[in-house]
Amino acid sequence: MTDDMMPPEVLGSAELVGDGTATQFEVTKTKQPGEGKKQIRKEQLRVLYTSPGFIFGVIIVGFWVLAAVLPGLLTTVGEKEFVEVGPRVKPGSDAWLGTDKNGWDVYARIIYGARPILIVAPVATAMAVIVGTMLGLIMGYYRGWVDEVLSRVIEAILSIPIILMAILVVFTFGRSTPVIIGTIAVLFVPAITRTIRSAAISESDLDYVMSAKMRGESGLFIVSREILPNVIGLVVVELTVRLGYAVFTYATLAFLGFVGSNITDADWGIDVSQNYEQIVRDIWWPSIFPAIAIASMVIGVNLIADSIDKALKS
Amino acid sequence: MKGSQRRAVATPSSLHAGRLLNEDEDYVTRFIIRRLLLALVTLAILLVIVTLIPNIAPGDPARKIAGGTASPERLIEVTESLGLRDSVATQLQNLSVSVFTLDFGESFSVATGEPVMSLVWSAVANSAKLVIFSLIVIVPISILGGLIAAYRKDSWIDRVIVNTGLAFSAIPDFVAGVFLLAFLAVPFEFFKVQASAPPGSGPLTQIQHLLLPVIAVLMVYFGYIARITRAGTITALDSDYARTAFMRGLSTRDVFRKHIARNALQPTVAVLGTQLGYLFGGMVALEIVFGYQGVGNLIIRAVDRADYPVLRAGVLTVAIIYMLATLAADLLVAWMNPRARQSLGDS
Repeated sequence: MTDDMMPPEVLGSAELVGDGTATQFEVTKTKQPGEGKKQIRKEQLRVLYTSPGFIFGVIIVGFWVLAAVLPGLLTTVGEKEFVEVGPRVKPGSDAWLGTDKNGWDVYARIIYGARPILIVAPVATAMAVIVGTMLGLIMGYYRGWVDEVLSRVIEAILSIPIILMAILVVFTFGRSTPVIIGTIAVLFVPAITRTIRSAAISESDLDYVMSAKMRGESGLFIVSREILPNVIGLVVVELTVRLGYAVFTYATLAFLGFVGSNITDADWGIDVSQNYEQIVRDIWWPSIFPAIAIASMVIGVNLIADSIDKALKS
Repeated sequence: MKGSQRRAVATPSSLHAGRLLNEDEDYVTRFIIRRLLLALVTLAILLVIVTLIPNIAPGDPARKIAGGTASPERLIEVTESLGLRDSVATQLQNLSVSVFTLDFGESFSVATGEPVMSLVWSAVANSAKLVIFSLIVIVPISILGGLIAAYRKDSWIDRVIVNTGLAFSAIPDFVAGVFLLAFLAVPFEFFKVQASAPPGSGPLTQIQHLLLPVIAVLMVYFGYIARITRAGTITALDSDYARTAFMRGLSTRDVFRKHIARNALQPTVAVLGTQLGYLFGGMVALEIVFGYQGVGNLIIRAVDRADYPVLRAGVLTVAIIYMLATLAADLLVAWMNPRARQSLGDS
């Protein structure tokens, strides 16, 4: 993941990309077809696809996506199906990740438990990134008192730990899935807005924005067609980084019992909270395996986020 | 809990020659006033939020507190003592008074009849113990890790520090806690499952009980702080003053101590300030795993039992501690770097 882990030819192309940046600027300024820009994107994608962190991350996340979409493909046992061997059986040939106190198969629970987290986290993140990017672009381009007021509100919201705010909101509006998605989305907007806003501010100072203004383009056009394409890399990074946090936040809410109405439904966070107290009685598998699932999911998403960030900076 | 990772760190934006010292102080004053005003705005927004919660929550808050079998008289009594008969504006006013007099009345259900603030203070004291012990362990280890990674940049040890740190810091705190229970608490008698020592234990026993949560916090924060220290140190090592110092023949140790440390650690200090609030109020799940009676745990219990006075006081306390910690960190950065003082005033 560090630069020297990449194959040498990738490093070579990275230099080429550096040269490309200068031409990209010229091209945008003179408003000719963005040939250099496409070249850069292609090179960045090549760096991305060949980075070991990205490949590893995609494999992990891909496995969980498969589990969420087609759990029947990965296990023949149902999430609440009593298996023959009985409850609290150690991992072994009968149930290869063991069974929990209810006599359910831990492996099947993990496979089925991927779905709730993989519905909530991506939807919430996508909503937050869309709203946050729009707000950030508008605030960064127009500035003025609206920006001033919203910036203060953002700082205020960011000054409370997200998990506390989430608990308050879910407590107030109930623990249904739409509420959870909405809560995570709303709480992630401020951080995204702030990142995009500061990028938009520095972009607004550049010549291409100035020349668009002088051409008499509308503010809407400048924000959506001129500034947005230039901060899109940052938006993608935000998307993946926040996805990791969304998984983190959802798992924590589930662990604390603020998710769903039924604690018997397969869900990694719920399963950890239902079983961790048995660890001291040496029954570790019903909680440790879902905990590993959570850990692998966040690490996988973070590996992808990190690789995208590095590829864009290469 | 990492919402503020991308928090901008005050950096010298411009270098004007010949600034006078009193102008310098002027910036600091302006900065403090601006930050205090901002803190007031934050507090106001939060006051509105916590005031609104029982008013907009579906269902009768009095029934949540008193239970399904409560008599109508009891329900009216609870509604009245919650102040929910008043207009929202009056409630907001009453709550504001509560904040400044530090009197939130009595707890309803977490510890019936106890003054809310005595519950909050004892939870804050517990959280403070955990936070202070965590910082004592985390700060030196993480900074040392970051310095080593920067000094041996691109070596195997750098890669190990950066990558394990990255992996651990992505894991939720309660997941780290559960792993520690299985891999340390069960095989080794020395590590205690419960973070709260039995009443009347000496300080050493208390520390022994706190070890596992502190290790969990270390796992979460090591990579983050080490990475920021590493980045700050690499920038400082690349600077002209570091090169000059090396060329003057100073030993590595002296260069680090006299020139690098002060500059390289500014981002670290700023980040620690923002993370202090999260340590206080964001470790809810970790406090639950180890049965620790901190602020996070208190807030969760208040939520479970719909104890609005405790809930409000707990949330506002976390927010105030967070704001003070961030302010202190920013002032410390200003003190460490005279040039940053200028950018403080105008950002």
